[in-house]
Amino acid sequence: MAFALQVRGLTKSFPGVLANDHIDLDVEEGEIHGILGENGAGKSVLMSVIYGLYRPDEGKILVRGQEVAIGSPSQAIRCGIGMVHQNLTLVPQLRVFENIILGQEPRRGIFLERQKARRRIEELLHQTGLSIDLNARVRDLPIGLQQRVEILKMLYRGASILIFDEPTTVLTPQEVDQLITYLLALKKQGKTIIFISHKLREVFALCDRVTVLRRGKKVGTCAIKEATPESLAEMMVGRRVLFELPRGRKPAEEVVFSVEGVSTLPEKGKALREVSFRVHRYEILGIAGVEGNGQTELAETIVGLRRVRQGKLVLNGEDITYLSVKERIKRGLAHIPEDRHRRGAILDFTVMENLMLGFEDEPPLRRGLLTLHFPTLQEFASSLIREFEIATPGGDTLVRTLSGGNQQKVVLARELSHPVSVLLACQPTRGLDVAATEYLHRKLLELKNQGKAVVLISADLDEIRALSDRVLVLYEGRIIGELSPESDEYQFGLLMGGKSLAS
Amino acid sequence: MLRRARRFLEFPFLPEVVAILTAFLLGLLVLFFTGYPPLRAFSALFRGAFGSRNAFGQTLTQATPILFTSLSFLLSFRAGIFNIGIEGQLLMGAFVAALLGTMIRSLPLPLHLPLALLGGGLGGALWALIPALIKTYLGAHEVITTMMMSYIASYLTSYFVNYPFKAPGWVAQTNPVQPTALLPRILPPTQLSLAFPLALVFSVLVFYFLFRTYLGFQVRAVGLNPEVAENRGISVASRQILAFLLSGFVAGIGGAGEVLGVHGKFVDGFSPGYGWDGIAVSLVGRLHPLGCILASLLFGMLRAGGMTMARVTKVPLDLSLIIQALVILLIAAPRLIRIFILRKRGL
Ligand SMILES: Nc1ncnc2c1ncn2[C@@H]1O[C@H](COP(=O)(O)OP(=O)(O)OP(=O)(O)O)[C@@H](O)[C@H]1O
Ligand SMILES: [Mg+2]
Repeated sequence: MAFALQVRGLTKSFPGVLANDHIDLDVEEGEIHGILGENGAGKSVLMSVIYGLYRPDEGKILVRGQEVAIGSPSQAIRCGIGMVHQNLTLVPQLRVFENIILGQEPRRGIFLERQKARRRIEELLHQTGLSIDLNARVRDLPIGLQQRVEILKMLYRGASILIFDEPTTVLTPQEVDQLITYLLALKKQGKTIIFISHKLREVFALCDRVTVLRRGKKVGTCAIKEATPESLAEMMVGRRVLFELPRGRKPAEEVVFSVEGVSTLPEKGKALREVSFRVHRYEILGIAGVEGNGQTELAETIVGLRRVRQGKLVLNGEDITYLSVKERIKRGLAHIPEDRHRRGAILDFTVMENLMLGFEDEPPLRRGLLTLHFPTLQEFASSLIREFEIATPGGDTLVRTLSGGNQQKVVLARELSHPVSVLLACQPTRGLDVAATEYLHRKLLELKNQGKAVVLISADLDEIRALSDRVLVLYEGRIIGELSPESDEYQFGLLMGGKSLAS
Repeated sequence: MLRRARRFLEFPFLPEVVAILTAFLLGLLVLFFTGYPPLRAFSALFRGAFGSRNAFGQTLTQATPILFTSLSFLLSFRAGIFNIGIEGQLLMGAFVAALLGTMIRSLPLPLHLPLALLGGGLGGALWALIPALIKTYLGAHEVITTMMMSYIASYLTSYFVNYPFKAPGWVAQTNPVQPTALLPRILPPTQLSLAFPLALVFSVLVFYFLFRTYLGFQVRAVGLNPEVAENRGISVASRQILAFLLSGFVAGIGGAGEVLGVHGKFVDGFSPGYGWDGIAVSLVGRLHPLGCILASLLFGMLRAGGMTMARVTKVPLDLSLIIQALVILLIAAPRLIRIFILRKRGL
């Protein structure tokens, strides 16, 4: 078998972290090769080294048997290696066409040969079966299509080895299905693909072989045919992972939090229309729905970032409709935001600073009129780091350098560090590895079994059904139905598509 | 060998050191090609900056106002505000201090001096409050408004000292400040006054505020990521207004320091652009109070040394301004561009 890409003894360290420790990797020509591993295992670093973003401390890279020195992404592209990053790198103001040729404009003299470029792209579209409007502005496209532009850009540059670093974390389930179809089509044309994901379902649907990393070391490579979800999870984590957790006790009668006929104005997004629900003690209430149907708006309304036009929010019997964000936090409303980089954690703050965020202005963290009390802070931070098993060199490490799962743990730890009565968890396991997902699910169930109420908003139907006691479906800013988690997928599909069950 | 090379490359202040050396080298080249004796000019520059007690006093005197203005810029910047109207806040502070210093009579020094200083600070703060409120309630960007307020302050104070508050004589200036409001000189015969140690105290205070108090923490959170801050119950608008006020206050004290420490009155056009220099100094000092101290000493040295150089050799003061500009170009500008690009990308 010919190898498209080989890595030998690759080592890369950062201050205090050995991110890649003598890694060997063999990717066969024309296969889809999965890279699996926990958050922080070193997958992204390995890919960044291959793509020339980081220089390795040791080791070599071979492309089709030839040793190559890759010092920059442009050299990687010359070797036929392309990468789609988790955070897309397109220019939003430009058109699709312009984005694709950006940096590689064909020219004659000083003139752009637009027609020639266009023909080549159309040819590409035809070959790959991808379809997209070349004249659309990138900022107007949904994220799934933007990703498609990124793929085209890579193909246009002649990449034959394509690296995808967690391409599916930003996609809706429908977009994921489409991506899988395209990737299989690309494989059929002989492209070699490296695919990183935490979702075993996707890995089984796509990959031929997978390589598992753990704490910077390679655990092994195996053919997907010989693997099971359990065996892969065990390889990644080093112990058995439970995909199904015992749900615990039944909800109590007592209502902790209720939303009563809430409507909002359609400023920046969907308006909520007469949304009502109650969450009880010992209950996890799931809110399902296709993304973009008001989930973000509902969360922002509950947190206090969006004005309510009509209706009210009641927490522990108290009307909190007009209370500030701060007052709501004080009354025990905790929140895991859907986008942890935009709303959850400050990347350029340290772990400690992120943990204290929102609690800094009250004793015991504040002593005296203005002063922060550092011994207490450090104690507070290190006890949370221990309790939530956040993998970080210390409290004064920047959150930017933590892996995704650990960034999420920082947010979770902060939200649960103070007495909680209701937790609003939005897409809480997006981008988390199997172990961190299991951990987070455990925490949610633990909270529920302590008598708290949890509102779980998620696009991942499996997650919703595994955890919730009841499920509401959100469609076009309205709750259009309630299901039990045992209802079959068909019923969920109908409701999520906007067809109410009664009619 | 390689290890050592790598350790050297990890030296945290390498970019600054390299940039400063490059700037001096380019300065030498400029001298060489314009036909001045480069080494003689440079030795005059260094002698003028450190060569004697007086030279050193001169360097510190020159460093004082830009240390204040760089702290001022730093305070606003850490809250995510781009206060480029520091010049105006400095002028207003200076003018209020001059008024309080001249008009109030027969107050003992321990009362009069602090009063005049405080008045200066409040004058600057008030001048910063206007763009702060415009930003919060009308949404106009502070880059435009602070700059306009700066021009207004410049013309307004100029008008005041040319007409209503003009001292008798040819020069556009106020009457001399009462002796009870003067900042004592600490290194006669130089103009070095208590304003310099005061600036150092302010550096420490700014450091303490930003990194040791909860309000400073909130200001930094707002500056780095307003959406997360808001989500955690921190009022973005109120923290930005606070930062604006503090920024103006420090700039105003800087202006008061010049009036009460150096000139003894408000002289029209006394500031050669301290407010603008503060922005650059702040960036060279990595937007950190302690870095600001070092960077303002560098700039102060270039100014003081440059003046001596202009006097003893025929090399004009512009040379040290060129070096200063090169330092800015090599350190501050790339840094600023980077910050803006990161912001644009929302990182
Ligand atoms: N620029 C950096 N500076 C310091 N440490 C880093 C840097 N980039 C990554 N690391 C560290 O290297 C380790 C591996 O990180 P990497 O991003 O490769 O993890 P990952 O396997 O991609 O995890 P995830 O699934 O969460 O994306 C982590 O411990 C991380 O903290
Ligand atoms: Mg990663």
